[in-house]
Amino acid sequence: MDIEDVHKNTKLLVNGMPYNVDDAEFVKPGKGRAIYRMKLKNLIDSSTLDITYHSGDKVEEARISNLEMQYSYRDGDHYVFMNTETFEQLFLDEKTIGDKKAFLKEGMMVNMMMLDDKPINVTLPYFVELQIVNSAVTTKTDTFTSQLKAAVLETGATIGVPTFVKEGDIIKVDTRTGTYVERVGTKK
Amino acid sequence: MVEDETQRLRRIKPNLERRALIYEFTRNFFRGQGFQEIETPVRVPAVAPELHIIPFESEGWYLSTSPELYIKRLLAAGYDKLYQFSRCFRKGERGRWHNPEFTMLEWYRTSAGYMQMVQDTEILVFTIADRLGVSPVINYRRRSIDLTPPWQKITVRDAFLNSAGWDPVAINDPLRFDTDLVAKVIPAFDPNRPTVLLDYPAAMASLARLKPVEPEVAERAEVFIGGLELANAYSELNDPQEQTRRFQIELEQIEKERNHKQIIPQRFLESVKNLPACGGIALGVDRLVMLFCNADSIDDVIPFTTDTA
Repeated sequence: MDIEDVHKNTKLLVNGMPYNVDDAEFVKPGKGRAIYRMKLKNLIDSSTLDITYHSGDKVEEARISNLEMQYSYRDGDHYVFMNTETFEQLFLDEKTIGDKKAFLKEGMMVNMMMLDDKPINVTLPYFVELQIVNSAVTTKTDTFTSQLKAAVLETGATIGVPTFVKEGDIIKVDTRTGTYVERVGTKK
Repeated sequence: MVEDETQRLRRIKPNLERRALIYEFTRNFFRGQGFQEIETPVRVPAVAPELHIIPFESEGWYLSTSPELYIKRLLAAGYDKLYQFSRCFRKGERGRWHNPEFTMLEWYRTSAGYMQMVQDTEILVFTIADRLGVSPVINYRRRSIDLTPPWQKITVRDAFLNSAGWDPVAINDPLRFDTDLVAKVIPAFDPNRPTVLLDYPAAMASLARLKPVEPEVAERAEVFIGGLELANAYSELNDPQEQTRRFQIELEQIEKERNHKQIIPQRFLESVKNLPACGGIALGVDRLVMLFCNADSIDDVIPFTTDTA
C-alpha cells in the first residue's frame, strides 16, 4: 500500500513482523517531500519501533484478522486452540503465550489474532473466573499485605486474595492487571 | 469519550471568532498600505509544476494549489500591490498541521524583493497580535514567543552547518535536506522567537530568482514560528526562458516519479516577459490562526476538515 494511505491503527508488516501504527505524524516542508513519522508497536511482543517514511514509499499491509477460539489443552511447549465451528486446531508456543498462561484455563474462549492464516497472538477476556486450589496462610511470608494473602489458582498461578477467600472458592480475576476482583462462588 | 459534532463545533467557536477577527485585521492592514484585494480562479487548467505539490484533478483541470500564477499575470498587466485570501488544495497533505483544502494569504509588491516581504510579514503578524489585544509575547504550546520585529534570520547554509553538520548549498541532496530540516534544523531554532530561513540552494529556487551576488542560492525565505512553517517568500523570477526551463525540469520529474503528465501553465509563461521586478509571499492562514489560538491541531481552527466535512 502507499504510505499516504497509512493511518493510526493501520497494521503493517515491517521486516516480516506485524506492527500496529500507534501514532502517525505527517510533516512536510511546503515545497519539500512529505515525511511520515510513525510509532509502531509489534503485535507479537509489544516492542516499539520509531520509523520514518517519505512520500512515494510503499509499505506492506499486514492482513490481520481476529478469531474467537477455545483453548483446548497444553501439549508440551505448545498450547492448542480450537475453532469451535470448524473444529480446526491451531497452535501457539509457550514463548508467545508469555504471562497469559497464568490465567489460561482449558475450555476458555479467547481472541486469536491471525496474520494471514497464521496465529500470532492471543488475547484473554478482560475478566476470567478461576478456582482457588490452595489458600493456606501459614506464615507471614505468605501474606501479600495486611489485606491480601497468597493463593494458588487452578492454572497454577499465584495471586493475592482477601483473607476471607478459601480453597475451592471461585474468584474473578482481571487479566490485564493480574489482580483479584471479587469472589463469585464459594465452596459449599 | 468521543465528542460529537455539536460539542466539537461549540468547543472551537472562540477559535473561529478569533479567525474572523484575524481576517478583518489583515484586510485593514493591507488596505491601509494601498494593497488591492483580488480573487482568482480556484479551478484552473494548469498549476505551477512542483514535484512535491500534488494537485487534485477536476474534469481534466485542477484545483488550485496556489493563486501565485494568476496574481503574477495581473502584475504583468500593470497591477501594483495585490493580496488574496485563497482556498488551495494539495492532495495527500493531512496531519496536525495540514488539511488538503486550506487557506493561503498571498501578497505581492512590485519593485520589492524577498526581504521586503519578510518585513511585511513581521509587521502584519505583530499588528494582528496588537489588534487582538495580546501582548507581543504569545503563548503557543507552552512556549512564549516574542513577535516583536525584527525576527531572527539565518541563512539555510548556516542553519544546516550549525544543526545538521553539512552544507546543502554545496551538496545537492533534496531528500536529506527535507529530512534534516524537519528533524534537526527547525527543532534547533530559538523556541521563543520567530525565525526566518534565507537563501535556499539554487536547485530549490522554485519560482524565485537567484541572488545576483551569490547565484548558488535563490532569494527565497521561509518564516517559522513555534516550529510551524508559516510563510514562503520570493524575489520573483521574471526571466521567461529560465522559468520555462525550471518548469520543464519539474514536469520531467513529475512524469518520472509520479507517472503523470502535468500541463505546463502556458498563459502564465507568456506573461512572465512583462512581469516587473517584484516580491511575493504565501502565508498559511490556518497556521497563523493556530498560533493566535494556541491550537495544537489545524482541526481546531477549521470547522469542517476533510475528516468532518
